[in-house]
Amino acid sequence: MAVLSEEQTMLRDAAKAWVQEKSPVSAFRKVRDAGGEMGYDPKAFVEMADMGWAGVVIPEAYGGSEFGYLSLGLVLEEMGRTLTASPLLSSALAAASGIVLGGSDAQKQAWLPKIVAGELIATLAVDEGPRHDPVKTALRAEKSGDGFVLTGEKTFVLEGMAAGLYIVSARTSGQIGDKAGITLFLVTPDAPNLTRAKRTMADARGYAHLVFKGVIVSADAMLGPINGGYELLEKTLDRARAGLAAEMLGSALQGFETTLDYLKTRVQFGQTIGSFQALQHRAAKMFSELELARSCVEAALTAIDNDSPDTASACALAKAVAGETLNLVSREMVQMHGGIGMTDAHEAGFYLKRARVAEATYGSTAWHRDRWGVMAGY
Amino acid sequence: MADFGGDPELFRAEARTWLAENFPPSLKGVEVAMQGAVGEVHGDARLWRDRMGAKGWGTPTWPAAYGGGGLTPSDARVLQQEMNRIGARNPIGGMGIMMFGPTLLEYGSEEQKQRHIPPIVRGEIRWCQGYSEPGAGSDLAALQTKAEDNGDHFLVNGQKVWTSGAQYADWCFCLVRTDPNHKHEGISFVLFDMKTPGIEVRPIKLISGVSPFCETFLTDVKVPKENLVGPLNGGWTIGKRLLQHERNSLSGGGGSAGRFAAGKPIDELAKEYVGVDDSGRIADPDLRSRIIRHQMEAKAFMLTLMRAAAEAKGNQGPSAATSIMKNVGSKVGQDRAELAVEIMGANGLGWEGEGFSEDELAQTRNWLGGKATTIYGGSAEIQNNIIAKRILGLLDHQ
Repeated sequence: MAVLSEEQTMLRDAAKAWVQEKSPVSAFRKVRDAGGEMGYDPKAFVEMADMGWAGVVIPEAYGGSEFGYLSLGLVLEEMGRTLTASPLLSSALAAASGIVLGGSDAQKQAWLPKIVAGELIATLAVDEGPRHDPVKTALRAEKSGDGFVLTGEKTFVLEGMAAGLYIVSARTSGQIGDKAGITLFLVTPDAPNLTRAKRTMADARGYAHLVFKGVIVSADAMLGPINGGYELLEKTLDRARAGLAAEMLGSALQGFETTLDYLKTRVQFGQTIGSFQALQHRAAKMFSELELARSCVEAALTAIDNDSPDTASACALAKAVAGETLNLVSREMVQMHGGIGMTDAHEAGFYLKRARVAEATYGSTAWHRDRWGVMAGY
Repeated sequence: MADFGGDPELFRAEARTWLAENFPPSLKGVEVAMQGAVGEVHGDARLWRDRMGAKGWGTPTWPAAYGGGGLTPSDARVLQQEMNRIGARNPIGGMGIMMFGPTLLEYGSEEQKQRHIPPIVRGEIRWCQGYSEPGAGSDLAALQTKAEDNGDHFLVNGQKVWTSGAQYADWCFCLVRTDPNHKHEGISFVLFDMKTPGIEVRPIKLISGVSPFCETFLTDVKVPKENLVGPLNGGWTIGKRLLQHERNSLSGGGGSAGRFAAGKPIDELAKEYVGVDDSGRIADPDLRSRIIRHQMEAKAFMLTLMRAAAEAKGNQGPSAATSIMKNVGSKVGQDRAELAVEIMGANGLGWEGEGFSEDELAQTRNWLGGKATTIYGGSAEIQNNIIAKRILGLLDHQ
């Protein structure tokens, strides 16, 4: 654990206490069983916003506390422990970062205070296919009068059914695969010719598929520069990746601790199965990977807070290492629990399913490894 | 001992001045301590060692009462920074510094500390470690070398193995059996002069072709009673404490694990031997992806070393992360060597003579020598047992 300030320690303790009391894994199970299209409990998110957690990375001028990414990461880690589904990552971290980094003062005034209050869910609409790769943005935005007309599709949009605002990446020039020619737009779901449909994923959260059939937006809906949106998008996504990595670290830690408890209590052959060396060494391996993952996650969040030149590289490392670690832990969680781990009544399956969806979100482990290698000059 | 009132910048000025006056510029970047481990040291290297030894700064945080630097940890860090700045390496090294000294300071009698610490501080005495035996490797407490009470001395008989640097050592710290009826509670920690009659040392040639380890045969070796450290049959606790110091030194970037990671960065090697494609990437995509995985793990390890250091400084107590350092550090080092050998192809497997560069030949030896890092100092499997039992609280198999 990084060396925390007193305020950070208080924030973490508050998040830990709230999660344990208000949002244990059974709360997620209720949301899953209810099968609503939001994929989270809106009342719980209002409570989170009331505690100020939706404003942690937003400047004070817009109602936030500007407490930083390491601080928000502490909250997300606690959420990850119990698989708490909420728009904290997609809205209060990802979309809020995009607006803070690229928005005009008018845009910030219009949207950030609502995000802080939890009144508005904003989210990134970037992916167009099954594999995250922002340079492949194909959704077209054509100039028309004072504004633009958007045509194309977005998929795998986090909290897409609950969102009241999308940050949409669109192609205003260039070819698929070009970094240049991408522009970001702020689009509300009530825009004519925009339809959304729920996509039910294994982790039971609220994803949406968006279809833009000539959606007209005004010029002031543009977020950041025309044709130069890629850099802003990547900076925003890196913040989202580091935040998600913190959440994944929390899920991996809890998955591991739950499994460790089982190793200490399940008796076979007259002794706890945790006394078998084959399992002890696999537990030691997981512990070791978790320690490495924590270092990478904290380094990425700290790099963002310090606006360090290696931020992108640090975020790629964190997302890849957290992905690999959670993948390992979630597999072992099911295996070490044996038959009970295969049942829907047990929570191991929730961790396994969340692990893979989180891994695919904002770039897979393999994608971030390659990206890290390119940045390092390999 | 000057009092700097806790202001590190005052100490920095003092350290900088002293180093400017005393560090021979000819030794910039030169590892004097390694020379001292295997033979006599002469010229500027000797001068540098003697000056640092007299100042006590080779052991900056050890008590001044025994010749150490007596510095606070923060002043010691400042000293290290100042030495790094001018390329000055610590000329005092070896097992006396890394393992035995800290252990004796904790468990030794006043007489033992007065006698043995100052020569270690001055870099004059080389110590070796009499731990492993042919029948006691990972199960170290199964050791059989016996020490019989003979009035004013112990009579020691037995065999030690993997005694690093025994052929160069002046003294040995040794675990011996003083009670055959109790396993852990029958072990004592003794010290003896390697010139004592009855000691025979035979170097063991390793797969890498060198002989850093020895077999040490002990036949009727008389060890004076005053050389018993701690209580009779209380040596296991002391011996384990020393192993903690050993593991800490093995996992650090400058320790033995780091020694096998010398040479060119792995990506540069790959570009040189494998080449790059049109976009400047390492041409073999499978190798490239494995190099990236390795480099990311190395980076994660480095970040963890930094985090553990920051946590220790932040007074959070010892970080749980330290328990993984030896295994992760040794794995990263071995993976690197395996990749280097693979990247260099046949030239990464040269043994000696014509047709290979010095770097290529060194790489072969590093690759082989580095295999020891997951065996010595508690094997990787023993480290996993320690994590499982002490950190994770899993029980012993019944």
